[in-house]
Amino acid sequence: MASLLGRFCRKLVVPGSAHGSRMTSTTACGSETVKSLNLYSAINQALHIALETDPRSYVFGEDVGFGGVFRCTTGLAERFGKNRVFNTPLCEQGIVGFGIGLAAMGNRAVVEIQFADYIYPAFDQIVNEAAKFRYRSGNQFNCGGLTIRAPYGAVGHGGHYHSQSPEAFFCHVPGIKVVIPRSPREAKGLLLSSIRDPNPVVFFEPKWLYRQAVEEVPEHDYMIPLSQAEVIREGSDITLVGWGAQLTVMEQACLDAEKEGISCELIDLKTLLPWDKETVEASVKKTGRLLISHEAPITGGFGAEISATILERCFLKLEAPVSRVCGLDTPFPLVFEPFYMPTKNKASSSSSLSSPSKNTHFLIHGFSRLL
Amino acid sequence: MAIWFSRSRNIVFSLRHNLNLSGILIKRDYSPRPAFTNSQLSSKSVCLDSFTSLRHESTAVEKQLDLVQQSDEEDPQELNFPGGKVGYTSEMKFIPESSSLRVPCYRVLDEDGRIISNSDYIPVSEKLAVRMYEHMATLQVMDHIFYEAQRQGRISFFITAVGEEAINIASAAALSPDDVVLPQYREPGVLLWRGFTLQEFANQCFGNKADRGKGRQMPVHYGSNRHNHFTVSSPIATQLPQAAGVGYSLKMEKKNACAVTFIGDGGTSEGDFHAGLNFAAVLEAPVVFICRNNGWAISTHISEQFRSDGIVVKGQAYGIRSIRVDGNDALAVYSAVRSAREMAVKEQRPVLIEAMTYRVGHHSTSDDSTKYRAADEIQYWKMSRNPVNRFRKWVEDNGWWSEEDESKIRSNARKQILQAIQAAEKWDKPPLTELFSDVYDVKPKNLEEQELGLKELVEKRPQDYPPGFQI
Repeated sequence: MASLLGRFCRKLVVPGSAHGSRMTSTTACGSETVKSLNLYSAINQALHIALETDPRSYVFGEDVGFGGVFRCTTGLAERFGKNRVFNTPLCEQGIVGFGIGLAAMGNRAVVEIQFADYIYPAFDQIVNEAAKFRYRSGNQFNCGGLTIRAPYGAVGHGGHYHSQSPEAFFCHVPGIKVVIPRSPREAKGLLLSSIRDPNPVVFFEPKWLYRQAVEEVPEHDYMIPLSQAEVIREGSDITLVGWGAQLTVMEQACLDAEKEGISCELIDLKTLLPWDKETVEASVKKTGRLLISHEAPITGGFGAEISATILERCFLKLEAPVSRVCGLDTPFPLVFEPFYMPTKNKASSSSSLSSPSKNTHFLIHGFSRLL
Repeated sequence: MAIWFSRSRNIVFSLRHNLNLSGILIKRDYSPRPAFTNSQLSSKSVCLDSFTSLRHESTAVEKQLDLVQQSDEEDPQELNFPGGKVGYTSEMKFIPESSSLRVPCYRVLDEDGRIISNSDYIPVSEKLAVRMYEHMATLQVMDHIFYEAQRQGRISFFITAVGEEAINIASAAALSPDDVVLPQYREPGVLLWRGFTLQEFANQCFGNKADRGKGRQMPVHYGSNRHNHFTVSSPIATQLPQAAGVGYSLKMEKKNACAVTFIGDGGTSEGDFHAGLNFAAVLEAPVVFICRNNGWAISTHISEQFRSDGIVVKGQAYGIRSIRVDGNDALAVYSAVRSAREMAVKEQRPVLIEAMTYRVGHHSTSDDSTKYRAADEIQYWKMSRNPVNRFRKWVEDNGWWSEEDESKIRSNARKQILQAIQAAEKWDKPPLTELFSDVYDVKPKNLEEQELGLKELVEKRPQDYPPGFQI
C-alpha cells in the first residue's frame, strides 16, 4: 500500500503525465529547484516560509514546540523563537480562541489541533466567533489571519478518535473556508494560500499521507489558489470528485475502470467551502455521470451537497443518478476499518462506474467483477 | 538535538546549584542501576548521563529520598517533582473546601459617599470625578429611555446596566484609550466613556444604515474599532481566550497597552473562562479580567452557579493575581482597575478583578426578574446601595457638583437620547447588498448568485418584504 501510494503520488504530480492531466496549479519552472518530500515535510516547509515572510505570524498548539506529534512543526521554534512558536495548554477552545484574538489584532495565527477528532471543543469559537467575526462587526474587525490545521482521516489503526473526517460540520458554516490537500506539493501551496487568505481557514491534512506520500515539491514560495478545483485526470464517461487521501483510492478505481473501457475524469475539489461548482458542473455536463467519494459517513456528508448542487445544475445531462461511495454510518471502527472504508472496490462496483458506456442500459445493481 | 543537550547542561548546573548534589554526582558510578532500565546510561557522554540520571532521580521518589539523606547539606523536607520542589508531610491533611473567612472586599467610600479613613486609593481630580459622574448619570438616563423604547416596540430588544454604573464608568476611566476592550454585553458605559456617541448607540439598536455593525446583530451588540472596543457577541465567555490572544499581541508589539475583558458571575462557569485565564497566565499575556459578580445569571442565583467563595479565589488556581472589590464604589473600582492595568502592562501578566455588585434591572427586556426574586430585594439595592448616588454624594461633598448640575445633565442627556432615537428610527435600513457582504473579505460566487436571486424576488414581490431597504 505504501509503495502504491508513493508511486501514485509521484504520478499525480508529474506535469503532462500519461493521463493527460490538466495542471492548473503552478508548476515548477525549469530554474526552480524541487525536492522529494513527504507530506509533513512539505507542510513544515510551508510553515517555515510563512513565518519567514511575515514577522507577525505565529504557530502554536499542543506539542508544536519540539516539532509536533507528526513532525509538521520541526525546527520552527529553534528558528523563530519560542515567542512565535510555542506550546499551549491542552485546551482546544483556548487554542482557537487565543488564535482569534491574535488574528483580530492583525497577526497571522497558524494553530494546530492535534487530531481533527479533538476539534469539537473549539467548535463554538470557530462557528460562533471566527466565522462571524467580520460580518457581525460590520467589517470593523476580522480574524482573517487565523488558520486552523488538523490531521484528519483514516490511518489504518486509528479507531474512533484518531480517524475522523469532520469536514462536513465546517462546510455548513458561512464565513470560514475549508481546504483539504491531496499530496505534499498541493499541501505546501494550499497551506500558504490558506495562511495568507484574509479569511479564517480550517485546513485538514490527510494524516495517512504524512509519511506515505512522497512527491517532488518546489522549494520556493508558491501558492495554489483556493476555491479552484482541479481536473487531475481527464476522461469522457464519468466524473469522479473527491479530496485528500481519497483521491489515491479513486485514482486506482479509475485505472481499473479504464481496463474495462470506461474513461474517467477525476477532480480534486481542494477547497470544500466555498467550493468550485463550475468545474464540476462543466465536467458532468460532458460526461453525464457523477461519483463522489469521501471517508466521512455518507449521511449528511459533503457528498450530499455536491450531489444536490449538480442535480440542480445538470439534471437534464445526467444519464444516471449521482453516486456516493463513502464511509458507513457508524463511528469509525478499529478492527472493521477495511470494511468501513470506501475502497476502490466499492467505487468500482458502484452503479455509476459499472455501466461502461453511455449507450448501454443503466444497471441498477452494482456488480463486483472488478474485485 | 544540540539545543536539547545545552538545555540539559543548564538544567544539570542549576540542579547542582539548587540541590547541592555535586557531592553525590562525583560519588556516583555510571553503571546501570537496578532502578533504571534506561540503556542510555552506559553509553552516552557524561553530560547526558548526569542529566538522565538526575531526571530519573527526580521521578523515582524512593531513590531520591536515599540520596537526599546521604547529603549533609540538603534539606530533607523537600521532594523534587516535574513541577519543582515541594515539601512533604506525614500528616494527612485535606485542604478545606473554603477558608473560614471570605476574601474581603476592597472599598474606599462608605455607603454615605465618605472616604473611609486610611484607605489606599488613587486620588481622582475634580475634572475626572465630574466627568465620571456625568457619564454614570448619562448611562442611567440612556438605560431608562432605551428600555422604554423597547417596551414601546420601537426597538426589538435591550439590555440595561442598572446598578452597575460604577463598574462601567470607573473601569473605563482607569484605562488608557489604547487598551483593547473585549466586553460581554453589560458594559456599554465603557464605550460611552470612550466617545461612542448617543446617536451611534441608537443607530445600532435600530440597525439603520448608519449602524457601524450594518444592522446584522440584535441591539446592544455594539462594536467600534475607532474606540478599541471589540464587537459584542451573545455567546458567553468566548471573549476571554480571545483577550489572552489580544494581550499577547500587544506584548509582542511592545505596546503600552493591555487587553481588558469583562464577564459576569455566570460566565465564569463556562469552559472559556478556564481557557482564557489559563492561557493568559501560561503565555504571560497582559490581560485584566474583570468579573461583574452581580448575583444573578438571568434567573440563576450565584448559589446555583458555584460553590467557591465567588470568583476571586479562582485566580490563584491559575497563578493569577486577584482582588475582590466593591463594584458599587467608583473610587475603589477606579483604583483597582488602574493598578491592575499597570501591573498587567509593566509585568506582562494577567490580573483578575472580581467586582461585587447587584443587577438591579432585569436580565434583558425579555426577562421579568420579579418572577424569581423578591421585589423588595431589588428595591433595596436600587435605593440604598445605589452606586450613582453614593459617588454623587462624594462629588457633591467636595463641592464639585450641585443640584443645578444634576438637573442639567439629566435633562440634556434625556434630550439628546430622545433626539438620537427619533433620528435613528427615521433613517433607512442598510441596503440589501449588506446582507451578503463581509461574510468573507470578497463575496464568493455562491453569494453573488444568491444576491441576484433575492434581488429578482424582491423586485417581483415587494409586498412580501419590509420597506426601507434599498435594493
